[in-house]
Amino acid sequence: MSLLPIVNDGAPLKAKDRVFDRKGQMPEEYYKDQLFELEAKGELIIHRIADEQAPVEIDNKFGRKKKIAIDNTWHHKSCGQCGHIPGYSTSIFWLIRQLGLTYHDPKEQTSCTAWNYYASSTSNPAAQAAVALRNFAQAYEDGYYPIIHCGTSYGHYKEVREELIHHPELRDQTRRVMDRLGKPMVFPEEIVHYSEWVHVMRHQIHERQKLDLSDVTVTVHPACHYHKLVAEDAIYDRELYDGQRTAVVSALVKALGANLADYSTFHDCCGFGFRHILVSRDFSRSFATLRKIEKMKEEANPDVTLTHDTGCVTTLDKSQFAAQAHGRNVGIPVMSDAQFAALAMGAHPYKVCQLHWHGVDMRPLLEKMGIDHVAAWEEFQEVAGKIEAGEMDFMSWEDC
Amino acid sequence: MDPIYADAKYQDVPYEEKKQLFDEVKADMRWHTSLYGCYECGICVAACPSARFYDFSPRVFAQVMAREDVHTFYELLNESVWDCSQCFSCTRCPRQNNPGGIITIMREVAVNHGLQSAKEALKAYSRIIYKIMSTGTQVAPDMLQPDFFPDWGPDVQQVSDNLDVWRRAIPPETMHTTELAWDVAEKTRVELYMIWKLTGNLEMIEQIDEGIFMILEEVMEELLDEHGFDIDDFDSVID
Ligand code: SF4
Ligand code: SF4
Repeated sequence: MSLLPIVNDGAPLKAKDRVFDRKGQMPEEYYKDQLFELEAKGELIIHRIADEQAPVEIDNKFGRKKKIAIDNTWHHKSCGQCGHIPGYSTSIFWLIRQLGLTYHDPKEQTSCTAWNYYASSTSNPAAQAAVALRNFAQAYEDGYYPIIHCGTSYGHYKEVREELIHHPELRDQTRRVMDRLGKPMVFPEEIVHYSEWVHVMRHQIHERQKLDLSDVTVTVHPACHYHKLVAEDAIYDRELYDGQRTAVVSALVKALGANLADYSTFHDCCGFGFRHILVSRDFSRSFATLRKIEKMKEEANPDVTLTHDTGCVTTLDKSQFAAQAHGRNVGIPVMSDAQFAALAMGAHPYKVCQLHWHGVDMRPLLEKMGIDHVAAWEEFQEVAGKIEAGEMDFMSWEDC
Repeated sequence: MDPIYADAKYQDVPYEEKKQLFDEVKADMRWHTSLYGCYECGICVAACPSARFYDFSPRVFAQVMAREDVHTFYELLNESVWDCSQCFSCTRCPRQNNPGGIITIMREVAVNHGLQSAKEALKAYSRIIYKIMSTGTQVAPDMLQPDFFPDWGPDVQQVSDNLDVWRRAIPPETMHTTELAWDVAEKTRVELYMIWKLTGNLEMIEQIDEGIFMILEEVMEELLDEHGFDIDDFDSVID
């Protein structure tokens, strides 16, 4: 007699029949309770998501409600996005503007510096916590709620939160640094990633959608530092993949009416590696193409793959050139959920989404989406020509 | 040395030296939430990207640290530790171990001691350290040069040729920059330099690359001075 409980007459449940019921005990620790306890003791100020943020509550991985700030947001930009994939950040701002919301794009922000930390460890927890808290104090003083653009900043700030909660000596060190800077010890009640904002706004984005995407097949790559590094904060939805995978990005694809395609290495990393992508790219290229792009090609043959992090866009996109030269089965355009959503809403592919900074040829995808990329490139070139000729200094939102 | 280490590398390094580094890893405040014991189940290895392309295993890190195998620890510290992708896929460990987190701590110890292996691993990387510490943004548009990214194809050449114009052809006004990812306020850079000094971060760089350390110190000293601060007034808050 089997000692194991028999379910479904002993046959394994098919994925479609699985029910994701949270039967286990929820972990006793809850970062929000712990943060508020620290505030009650006078150790931290908690930056709350107030009514002016028009918050929306959704389920996190453990089924707890997470508040997502929608309006009056302070944009913690990503150095990899702004530096190498500028259409990523631009599309986020464009979406906010189109939806009639208010945001602040600060100059008084530094990168989280975590790319360097995970690449080289030439830093320490006190420095990392102080960098985080300096940015958070700035958002608090500016009167906007921080939204984090980079998956690694989001992951790292969750890690900093855990360390601050559990280590009084780190709080002490960080406080001494912040005192010297003349800044308050502030931590936000929720660390909100921009893809969570996009997730919550997906129906409003769909209402403004201009393109028919029913012929477009999309795969999704979830960022490790979004859903694996301090896993609780990530967003899950029972209606999507049975609640077994994070819902962000995938739910957007469905809301836009595109064809969401699955593949077997969904949970794999992209191969970025932090140090590797800069100085040991043979590893990053091999992993990105063999474990992700080729698998997607073989199993789903998508028109595009979407992700929600800086390093993932870069690695999955840029790694394909060398693999193509070796005749491998690659050639999938890569972009962020924000860029895809913006295109769906009619954003300019080059002025807003800045697709000329990406590596893989986007033209077949754009044609399938119904975008005249030839005319669009000419329009971009016209503005670039004026800048080059000194007739205008910069492209502005009015030029888009 | 125990006979099982007869073929081990780094036999010339005294046990006490290895043990000191080992103890430093275990003295890190994060250590107690990094390792709870190991089933040897290999789930971390199955999830690990680096394990697929290197002779590398997060399970070995968990095992070696749990067994307090100081000799093998030293070998890992000088070799495999730099293969990790720091993706934290290994946090799906059923014992709640964090092999990637153990590796973060080990790397920090390697840097703090200026190990030759760490210097080698970070040799080509120093200019990135300079960028992040001096500007507050790590990845800047002007890094997109064909000699640095030859495998990314001709697009890199195109970006590099058109860099100035293309950067100005981006709508958000914070992003019309070429040397920084966005326009970081000078006051913010001053605050960042104070953080590097107050947390002993600058001294860590001295261990790994003295040249970069000297340039960084000069840049920081100058800006702090312009704002009425003396770089020597910022002693580390870390004991
Ligand atoms: S963090 Fe390092 S050890 Fe862990 S899965 Fe990623 S590459 Fe492997
Ligand atoms: S997953 Fe955890 S328990 Fe299993 S081998 Fe890795 S460290 Fe050990």
